[in-house]
Amino acid sequence: MAFNSKQTLKDHFHETQIFNQRVLIAAVFMVLLFLLLLSRLVYLQITNQQHYSTLSENNRVSIRPIAPTRGLIFDRNGILLAQNLPSFTLEIIPEHVKDLDATLEKLKQLVAINEDDLKEFKNNLRKKRRFEGIPLRSRLSDEEVARVSVQENELPGVIIKAQLSRHYPQGKLASHAVGYVSRINENELRKLNASNYSATTHIGKVGIERTYEDLLHGKVGFQHIETNAQGRVLRVLERTLPVSGKNLYLNMDVKAQAIAEKSLAENNGALVAIDPRNGAVLAIASMPIYDPNLFVHGISSKAYKALSTSPERPLFNRALRGQYPPGSTIKPMMGLAGLELNQLKQHDDINCPGWYMLKNDERRYRDWKKEGHKHTDLDKAITESCDVFFYDLALTLGIDNISSYLAQFGLGEKTGIDLRGELDGLNPSRKWKRRTRNLPWFPGETLITGIGQGFMLTTPLQLANATAAIATMGKRFKPRMLYGIQDQQYQPIKKTKTESLPPIPISEAKNWHYVIKSMRNVVHGLHGTARGIKYNLKYDIAGKTGTAQVFGIAQDAEYKKEEIAKKLQDHALFIGYAPIDKPRIAVALIVENGGSGGAVAAPIVRKVMDQYLLNLPPEDKNTENKINGAAIQ
Amino acid sequence: MNWQNSSTSGFQEENRISTGRRLLYRFHIDLPLWIGIMLLSAMGMVVLYSAGDQSVELLNRQFVRLFIAFIVMLAVAQISPSTLKHWAPWMFGIGLLMLIAVLAFGEVGKGAQRWLNLGFFRFQPSELMKIAVPIMTAWYLAEAPLPPRTMRIIIATIIVLVPTLLIAKQPDLGTSLLIASSGIFVLLLAGLGWRLIISVFVLMIASAPVFWNYLLHDYQRQRIMTLFNPESDPLGSGYHIIQSTIAIGSGGIYGKGWLNGTQSHLDFLPERSTDFVFAVFSEEFGFLGILLLLAVYIAVISRGLVIAVNAQDTFSRLLAGSLTLTFFVYVFVNIGMVSGILPVVGLPLPLISYGGTSMVTIMAAFGILMSIQTHRKLVST
Repeated sequence: MAFNSKQTLKDHFHETQIFNQRVLIAAVFMVLLFLLLLSRLVYLQITNQQHYSTLSENNRVSIRPIAPTRGLIFDRNGILLAQNLPSFTLEIIPEHVKDLDATLEKLKQLVAINEDDLKEFKNNLRKKRRFEGIPLRSRLSDEEVARVSVQENELPGVIIKAQLSRHYPQGKLASHAVGYVSRINENELRKLNASNYSATTHIGKVGIERTYEDLLHGKVGFQHIETNAQGRVLRVLERTLPVSGKNLYLNMDVKAQAIAEKSLAENNGALVAIDPRNGAVLAIASMPIYDPNLFVHGISSKAYKALSTSPERPLFNRALRGQYPPGSTIKPMMGLAGLELNQLKQHDDINCPGWYMLKNDERRYRDWKKEGHKHTDLDKAITESCDVFFYDLALTLGIDNISSYLAQFGLGEKTGIDLRGELDGLNPSRKWKRRTRNLPWFPGETLITGIGQGFMLTTPLQLANATAAIATMGKRFKPRMLYGIQDQQYQPIKKTKTESLPPIPISEAKNWHYVIKSMRNVVHGLHGTARGIKYNLKYDIAGKTGTAQVFGIAQDAEYKKEEIAKKLQDHALFIGYAPIDKPRIAVALIVENGGSGGAVAAPIVRKVMDQYLLNLPPEDKNTENKINGAAIQ
Repeated sequence: MNWQNSSTSGFQEENRISTGRRLLYRFHIDLPLWIGIMLLSAMGMVVLYSAGDQSVELLNRQFVRLFIAFIVMLAVAQISPSTLKHWAPWMFGIGLLMLIAVLAFGEVGKGAQRWLNLGFFRFQPSELMKIAVPIMTAWYLAEAPLPPRTMRIIIATIIVLVPTLLIAKQPDLGTSLLIASSGIFVLLLAGLGWRLIISVFVLMIASAPVFWNYLLHDYQRQRIMTLFNPESDPLGSGYHIIQSTIAIGSGGIYGKGWLNGTQSHLDFLPERSTDFVFAVFSEEFGFLGILLLLAVYIAVISRGLVIAVNAQDTFSRLLAGSLTLTFFVYVFVNIGMVSGILPVVGLPLPLISYGGTSMVTIMAAFGILMSIQTHRKLVST
């Protein structure tokens, strides 16, 4: 290498010097860091070798998660809706079994084992370690447990494992609301906190079980287990106990719920009952229904197919997701709109000839009563459900007033109940029609909206909450399933807060009194459409019947029930609350293809109200104590 | 220091060159380095046989990888340092473009975007950068007399920072730290002023909270937290560390013997043939085995430093020094993480861990070291 000048030579020398110095420093650093590593290894391998050896060498310590016990679910009176029962699983530890085939043969004579069980077992046999128990049959009967236990010493490697599994003692009752747990699927596994669910096999899929999964599940525990070389547990070294899930108390009165479900058993339909004072959901029934216990241990694909493809749609929660035309049940709200917006005086009346016609339109809008109601004011129009009066009122109000006033009752909007899957319903407006269909609004559509037909759709839950808003004269609450939370058995119940919704502004209270009086006449009046239920009534009911058309009738045809297939018959509706002076329960009910609201729907509502109101604790004050008392039993 | 002695003796040796060495130098092989690499690879194969549950197939695949990596090393060794120097800006530029391409339309694997699919094979541009960044920085700094002036330091810092940030964005924290350190090593070796070093160090410590709160991913924070208290989540992120410390600790002084590691063979230890292979080694060969392994590593690193000190121009010196120190970082970070004093960063134990695309890169770096050593023009006497 040639150097051109002294300068570069000097530089070169200088650079080399710097470099060598830096390399030296780097070397010193590396030596120090290596010493740090070595000291850590000395600490692990020499100082603490004993400790780590006990952890590893002959006795291996493994950390096993302990599943927390899932919280229980009760109704408002402390009646158990979801509990945990021990169930027994037959397991085989392969490395303790000398002749697997012989053992399986023997077991087949003691317990029922089918081909699926065997297939699953052989599948797991390949995947799991030889010292792990492999499940062969789950949910052994008591008798089977006894038979295997007696022969246990002749069956080395066969063990019976007890674990808790979810059970719904009320069976089908309220299953839409309570929901069920089922095996965690892969999708859920990705979203879960894997550590907290490491010992958990089941997760809430629908209903309360799903909404309050976090509260019900609890926190996982751990135990450090010492095992010998074969993987058999020798002793537990250390244990962090799991924290059980919290017990939940629902606002539901299961007895009222049972009556609702029983009464709806013949027809499909839904009933929602709400305490108007706070939005507590007292009953929420959707029929038909399914047995949640089927899902806990894995429903067979055949049974699931039967449920999911049944035309009755038992898996469909009609109370939340069924969207029906409200029919005449919106008439009280329409009346209020007319009075409160000064488009109608209390004594205004019209003549109802049984039909109504718009100017420049040939079409006749019919009243349900062919011969008409003759002279009709608002009171008579609500009591006897005159359609023509409301056609006229709707036209006077116009669609903009109607949709904005009805929106205040929460129609067309989710109520915000603590259950998943609620649907919006539909409160039609000019804007809505333009947006979704790109069409202008026609006056004829205003008419039929006035009697709750046409585009308008509501869920039973929305109707019940709107009824509650009438009962409280405008105060509104978010419907709530959950009454309170209990950290552990015997501890006090922490009540959940009620959440208010924006109230309906009142312009004159007497308008409300007027409409409420008319609703009273629906039940108690001489000509009321629901007068059939007033006999022996121990309290007053304000109500409104409704009939929702499932299909349109041709202009000249007449509606003859017998001639129409059951599927196409009208839905029967009833909304109502009681007692009128001190409202405690507001109910909305829809009976699919039930026919008449007065004859079919109203009696069911009365039965539910009877059950709830006549069994209220005195003055309704001691509810809390009562729940506590029942829980302690 | 003995490396200084050996360097002078090496120098004298070359004056009376033996026929054997002449032959090796014709193929550009540095014997001490070669022996060290062979030893490490052999030890790796031995542990892998045990860690992989005596799978011959796994050994075969590792063998093929090693074979390819050795060929790459020999090929790279044939390239003279001056050629490398010419390529420096090109390699760096192409690498940078590919990094951007990865972020734009790279393939996602294990939650990070690291791969570029070139149709016939998949390629990790960050691996190229592990070599290209030190070459580029060394080339740039060697252009002017040392120690570098402020302007040069700033530009060199940018050269290091841009690929580092691009890779951190993938996100691949381990690799980006390696690349950053390879560039920083060049700067440090070039004679960066002490005052600057210390003030940057202080600044980094001061900005740690910002880094922690805004720049780290949740999983990265979790890993660091786990380091301080692995028991907080014994089945989650703490599991690796708990099991690997048990494996190391239970090995004791003499180890449980080859194929007798219980921790590893009963599936307690995850990633046991890849990133956590050191735990298997420690469990089966004990403290004495570790001493032997570390001795070989130290020998390889020392040889790298000797090559750096002996190199004849600034570029080669800086490059050789940086590559050697980066190799040290690999070893230190991996062992530190497995023994529980550093957070879990996905870095393999070089030449021992199974697979990993990084093996080829590491061997290419050794190829460069060999090239630097064997392309020297002997000073005429």
